[in-house]
Amino acid sequence: MTQKLIIIGAGMAAGRALEHLFEAAPDAYDVTLFNAEPRGTYNRIMLSPVLSGDKSFDEIVTHTAEWYEENGVTTRFGEKVAKIDRIAQTVTSDIGEVLSYDKLIIATGSNPFIIPLPGHDLDGVIAYRDLEDTNAMISLGEVPNAKAVVIGGGLLGLEAAAGLALRGVGVTVVHIMGHLMERQLDEAAGYLLRKALLDKGITVKCSANSKEILGENGKVKALLLDDGTELPCDLLVMAVGIRPSIVLAAEAGLATGRGIHVDDQMVTSDPNILSLGECVEHNGDVFGLVAPIYDQAKVLAKTLVGVDAAFVNKEVATKLKVTGCDLFSAGDFAEADGREDIVYRDPARGVYKRLVIEDNRIVGAVMYGDTADGNWFFGLIKDKEDISEMRDTLIFGPAFQGGSPLDPMAAVAALPDDTEICGCNGISKAQIVAAINDGAHSLDDVKAISKAGSSCGSCLGLVGDLLGVTLGDDFKMPEKEVVCKCTDLSHDDVRKLIVAKELKSIPQAMQELDWKTTCGCHVCRPALNYYMVAAWPGEYEDDGKSRFINERVHANIQKDGTYSVVPRMLGGITTPDELRAIADAADKFDVPTVKVTGGQRIDLLGVKKEDLPAIWYDLGKAGMMSGQAYAKGLRTVKTCVGSEHCRFGTQDSTGLGIKIEEAMWGAWSPHKFKLAVSGCPRNCAEATCKDLGIICVDSGYQILVGGAAGLDLRETDLLVQVATEEEAIEVSCAFYQLYREGAQYLHRPYKWIAKVGLDWVKEQVVDDLENRKALAERFHYSQKFYQIDPWAERAKQGKDAHEFAPIADFTKVAAE
Amino acid sequence: MTDFIDIGSINEIPLRGARLVRTHRGDIAIFRTATGNVYALDEYLPGKAGPLSNGIQHDEKVTDPMYNWVFDLATGEAQGADEGKVETYDIKCEDDRILISATAVSQSVAAE
Repeated sequence: MTQKLIIIGAGMAAGRALEHLFEAAPDAYDVTLFNAEPRGTYNRIMLSPVLSGDKSFDEIVTHTAEWYEENGVTTRFGEKVAKIDRIAQTVTSDIGEVLSYDKLIIATGSNPFIIPLPGHDLDGVIAYRDLEDTNAMISLGEVPNAKAVVIGGGLLGLEAAAGLALRGVGVTVVHIMGHLMERQLDEAAGYLLRKALLDKGITVKCSANSKEILGENGKVKALLLDDGTELPCDLLVMAVGIRPSIVLAAEAGLATGRGIHVDDQMVTSDPNILSLGECVEHNGDVFGLVAPIYDQAKVLAKTLVGVDAAFVNKEVATKLKVTGCDLFSAGDFAEADGREDIVYRDPARGVYKRLVIEDNRIVGAVMYGDTADGNWFFGLIKDKEDISEMRDTLIFGPAFQGGSPLDPMAAVAALPDDTEICGCNGISKAQIVAAINDGAHSLDDVKAISKAGSSCGSCLGLVGDLLGVTLGDDFKMPEKEVVCKCTDLSHDDVRKLIVAKELKSIPQAMQELDWKTTCGCHVCRPALNYYMVAAWPGEYEDDGKSRFINERVHANIQKDGTYSVVPRMLGGITTPDELRAIADAADKFDVPTVKVTGGQRIDLLGVKKEDLPAIWYDLGKAGMMSGQAYAKGLRTVKTCVGSEHCRFGTQDSTGLGIKIEEAMWGAWSPHKFKLAVSGCPRNCAEATCKDLGIICVDSGYQILVGGAAGLDLRETDLLVQVATEEEAIEVSCAFYQLYREGAQYLHRPYKWIAKVGLDWVKEQVVDDLENRKALAERFHYSQKFYQIDPWAERAKQGKDAHEFAPIADFTKVAAE
Repeated sequence: MTDFIDIGSINEIPLRGARLVRTHRGDIAIFRTATGNVYALDEYLPGKAGPLSNGIQHDEKVTDPMYNWVFDLATGEAQGADEGKVETYDIKCEDDRILISATAVSQSVAAE
């Protein structure tokens, strides 16, 4: 006897299940197929080529009207099912028609998730799920100068963006995470993808939070971000994920969790109701990929005809592609215990490949720029093949088994000919290579012939690499001190290449400079972050996660995990009001220790981390700001009382100290930077052991540099004597900037001077007046971006609030 | 079977960031790595290392801010020449929620 089968939903899962059913038993069931969309099954995955214009909708239809007719399927397209009555075994359509069933299949799929932002119901806010959405995007392409915003930098969002851009629409992608497709790609591949999208004219905003969708006359007008940015648009596409569509099943009383619960036979908690596809949950898993869903379709068809079968969710590798981007991601590339990486980067071609190895097997692969070997790796992942034999050359792919090892000098070889290598003498890569080809076969020869490296010497590492690249094995590379195990480059090399290649983010630098690890380590990340801060003021977005904790939370961590708080006292001068505020704060926050520091200010020791913003708020109300006593940056300017009070004083040393500190506070540098100004050679401010000290004399100001009074004890050297305060300030700023631009991370000025030579420093900031002025100007420009009190940002604007409060507190919950 | 307790939204911890969960038995550091994985470890290795939530993360590891010990976030084992291990706890994400094993945060020490 023919039984009645009703199917709700004509997506890809239902289409495939019907094919298997009719193959096994063409006449077993009398089938009625409901679909909310006014059409039958099509290949939803292929909507992207329809959007980009590569395919027409007809080409992606998998089940035509004729097919349904031939197989005797009663189609009810454009009709929804409003209710399931399990006892009566009937469904009720949205127009009230009641149909009875013997077996029911729920294949309702999933719904796009719409973020409930204010304005999400405006006209022109769409998801990217069906043909209607696709057509809305296609017709926008016919409007001149149309603009669209896509929320969501995942696969679907980027497909929408790429398609819209191909149709001439100005597109901005807004993504909440730090890099695109963070579920499938690591930071490095995310960076390359972003670069490729930018080349296509798509604007990408990462780490961007949407706040509100703005409208006009009920139609979308712009997206407002929480940083105040307004992105005008005629269409807003939300592609932030999908949720299993389970409302109908749940209302009918079926067991549901994230999806509709099914057993291994695809049967729900009601034996007459089956379910499959994106709407089901099986052993805790939900599904979004087509391969396991097609397996479900096979099992479901067998269950319907009474054949034993069980669905097993195999751990399948997945691969994906974004329109027009050479991108590949397969398997599991999250790092975990016992997993190792093989990373290959070719900065010149923009290639990144990463294999994740576990127990001599590839478990994941991420590739960008050259994905030709993707399928080969995909096969190795699927087959769980032992790769230990070919491990050394594995990353080169099947064609290169037995190939040569990686070239550590690839980044240098890839530099354009006109890149300036020696900044002091203005010598380009081409000039150095020419000198080498003319017979300069050692560093000294190159120095003599081209002058490159003959001044401060910080480019000698790169000159050595050029010798290596040009001469090959004939040149023996001198040993150089590399930044850390993540790279073959020295600090000097990295600093110079960041500027020469205009590298403006840490992932970009790691890619272009051929980093050997995926995201660096605690040694190179802070160094790279500083080099970016110094090279690109106003452009680089500081990465707090690459900073040591003291600089991340703007206080000094103590051995018991509490923090110390040191407000700035310019030139060591304070007021009764400030002292009262400090005393009040110490009382209010139970500060156990109040200490006067060697830098002429007051240290509140033992403050709890979660109290930091509040104590800063109180100190801020009294006009105080961070003393940056935790920073690799400008610390203090110590002064004596000078000619204002002292009978020996020759100049207003206190006033000069305050002016210098006003100019310099907030600056970051390779290491901490301490100053002092003494009013006479008796030197009460101890200026002769500072990074920069000034001793006032009758005829002017002696500027002394390169002192130290820490692990090393070193007296300063005289840089220059100047006549006026203005000159003293200009020379100080120029010296600080020269150090900021040139020294390697964690080198105090005395170490840097020992490397580049005091004579060279004098040439730069004393003899060459134009250069001195330019250095000082660059310093003042940079200060425009860094003279922001970090305490006020955190105490008043709530910046980085997550750093200061626990996410959950179970001690309090229990106490209540 | 392990019971889990919701401690907050994944969006409350930035990538490569960490937050604390306070419990009667001490602080637990919750890490979210660059690849989006979430881990729970004791904040301190008494007398040796911590507070780990203040460290710099790289790959699936964290460097202790006090003495530069490097810990594997998955196992809690100190890396390299240093020897030691911090306790790790079961933690998982469902949709946007972070769930930690109930025994990790329970009041009673005897539950172990």
